[in-house]
Amino acid sequence: MSSIRQYIDIYRDNAKALDDNSSPVLNALRPKAFEALDGKELPRRGDEGYEKTSLEDMFAPDFGLNIFRLDIPVDIADTFKCDVPRVSTLMAYVINDKFVKSAALTDRLPEGVIFGSLARESAVHPQLAGQYYGQLASLHDVPTALNTLLVQDGVVLYVPRGVKLEKPLQLVNIFSSPTPLMAVRRVLIILEDDAKAQMLVCDHTQDGERGYMSSQVVEIFLGRNASLDLYDMEESSPLTSRCSQLYARQEEGSRLLVNGTTLACGTTRNDYHISLEGAGASSMLTGMAIASGHQHVDNDSCVNHRTHDCESRQKFKYILDDEATGAFEGGITVFPGAERTSAYQSNKNILASAAAKMHTKPQLLIYCDDVKCSHGATTGQLDQNALFYMRQRGISEKMARTMLMQAFMADVIDTVTIDGLDDRLRHLVEKRLHGQSSFCSDCALSK
Amino acid sequence: MDNKILLDVKNLHASIDGKEILKGINLQVREGEVHAIMGPNGSGKSTLSMVLAGAPGYSVTEGSATFHGKELLELSPEDRSHEGLFLSFQYPVEIPGVSMVNFMRAAVNEKRKYFNEAPLSASDFLKLMRQKRAVVELDNKLASRSVNEGFSGGEKKRNEIFQMAVLEPSLSILDETDSGLDIDALRIVAGGVNKLKNEKNATIVITHYQRLLDYIKPDFVHVLYKGRIVMTGGPELALELEEKGYDWIKESND
Repeated sequence: MSSIRQYIDIYRDNAKALDDNSSPVLNALRPKAFEALDGKELPRRGDEGYEKTSLEDMFAPDFGLNIFRLDIPVDIADTFKCDVPRVSTLMAYVINDKFVKSAALTDRLPEGVIFGSLARESAVHPQLAGQYYGQLASLHDVPTALNTLLVQDGVVLYVPRGVKLEKPLQLVNIFSSPTPLMAVRRVLIILEDDAKAQMLVCDHTQDGERGYMSSQVVEIFLGRNASLDLYDMEESSPLTSRCSQLYARQEEGSRLLVNGTTLACGTTRNDYHISLEGAGASSMLTGMAIASGHQHVDNDSCVNHRTHDCESRQKFKYILDDEATGAFEGGITVFPGAERTSAYQSNKNILASAAAKMHTKPQLLIYCDDVKCSHGATTGQLDQNALFYMRQRGISEKMARTMLMQAFMADVIDTVTIDGLDDRLRHLVEKRLHGQSSFCSDCALSK
Repeated sequence: MDNKILLDVKNLHASIDGKEILKGINLQVREGEVHAIMGPNGSGKSTLSMVLAGAPGYSVTEGSATFHGKELLELSPEDRSHEGLFLSFQYPVEIPGVSMVNFMRAAVNEKRKYFNEAPLSASDFLKLMRQKRAVVELDNKLASRSVNEGFSGGEKKRNEIFQMAVLEPSLSILDETDSGLDIDALRIVAGGVNKLKNEKNATIVITHYQRLLDYIKPDFVHVLYKGRIVMTGGPELALELEEKGYDWIKESND
């Protein structure tokens, strides 16, 4: 039996409860998603676009869903003081798939800005939410359709025309449940013309003993000259699966930076669909993954240059140790009429053990002349000459390896735009490479 | 010559990829001495330095080397360094993303850890860097750059001697330190080596040409040929080699 059945059955049996505990805007798309899923199955390993990752297997366990929106107690204050030192942010939490509001947050947001529960805010502002919700997230993508079918809440960020948020927003996603759970999360980010925001999202698992599944769909709308920096860091557990689809549409002159960092996970699949639709738009898609044990990280990108004079950069780096596996499939499509496109992509990987495996596949489709487009991919070991040079100077092999791996990630960290976050990431990468995990508990300890 | 023996190499055989390169090296270096090892290309000069420093890929098949009484060949490369062995590389390695400062701090503090000493404070470390940079007139701006990345040939070699000054080794092996240097850089590098010389440490200078030995005066000159030291003499041997080339050595040993 294919694993999608259990979710279809949950929907059939609980359609009313799902609706009753969500908002009309979200409910409106459920029937369409249901229709789209008719006869569909989740992609398996080896299917096109999923050469190394089986969504079928990721969704197969018998996860529970919190359809009735029961309160699952979690002691945030005690466990997840995951603020980033020297980085001042406006913070909010998502416990499983439920947005937790703090009073202070609302007071400190500029007027007109919405940052809150998607279910709640889309009920209050149905016209605004309805105008954007589901417009980018294609129901042809099976995991996206499944998310749309079952989603009840998530986060919305709306920044009106011309408003520039000074402080970065921070969203802490926490998995916490007494039983194996699937959180169906949805994020809707709308920046109107000339608006500006920075957002830091981090994924945490409170209890490493239980299996969790995160189904996440992010939709990003950037108006003319809008600017968004989005950092998405995962530090979960070996029993956590993450299936994330991000869709972004960029109007004229807008700029987008997305950084996806995987420091600890079970099985992770991130899809990035970026559509450059207005002239002069630019996007920078960066990612780094450090995986060990049996962790698996798969990043897939699809950057579409739909009009002229846009720029895109992709830079993904992996360090794989033990029996960890990684995959990167990076796409650039330059459509007819997208003259003077500049698009580059790079994927560099280090295999730190004999058993680690990396699969990388760049894909460039160019249907237009007068474009600058290139890609590069390398997979190798640490530089043995550098390692010996460092050891000759008295640096232990272990430390030398760590320093070289850190150095390898340096240029990705250098793209970080939030002050202090770069130092924090450097520190986290260093700790991770030293074999220490869970930066949440570290944060709690550091308090 | 009652000075203490620092390095004692006996009948050292070593091979790489199954091919024997060193075929029985005997070499004794005492405190306060400068030894020059000369020889034609491919005679095993660099192999000797790599084997003594513990480079991976070389296997010692016979013989021994003691370094102030310790079995050198049983130590890891980093412990050989801590014990006072320094190799100035013929080709210093570029390490993008690792700054000179972090690299040197790690090196200094790892050595201190080995001797159960606390890490240097930030200010003491910077003071040490400043002091040692002066030995080879190394530009301060190189400190913030990645190790050897984008350094000129001369800067790389000066950087080697700077590191040597910081680590204060008891035995320094300078592998073709003169290669790629113009005359001014050569003078600075050699000057640095001479400043660091004292009666407790020793230097092995590996070189192809006599030129460097005008600046760093050897007490002994050894000729390495086909993996063996075939001749040992005083400084005058270097001059003789400069004049007559290596052919007469080859002829009498082939």
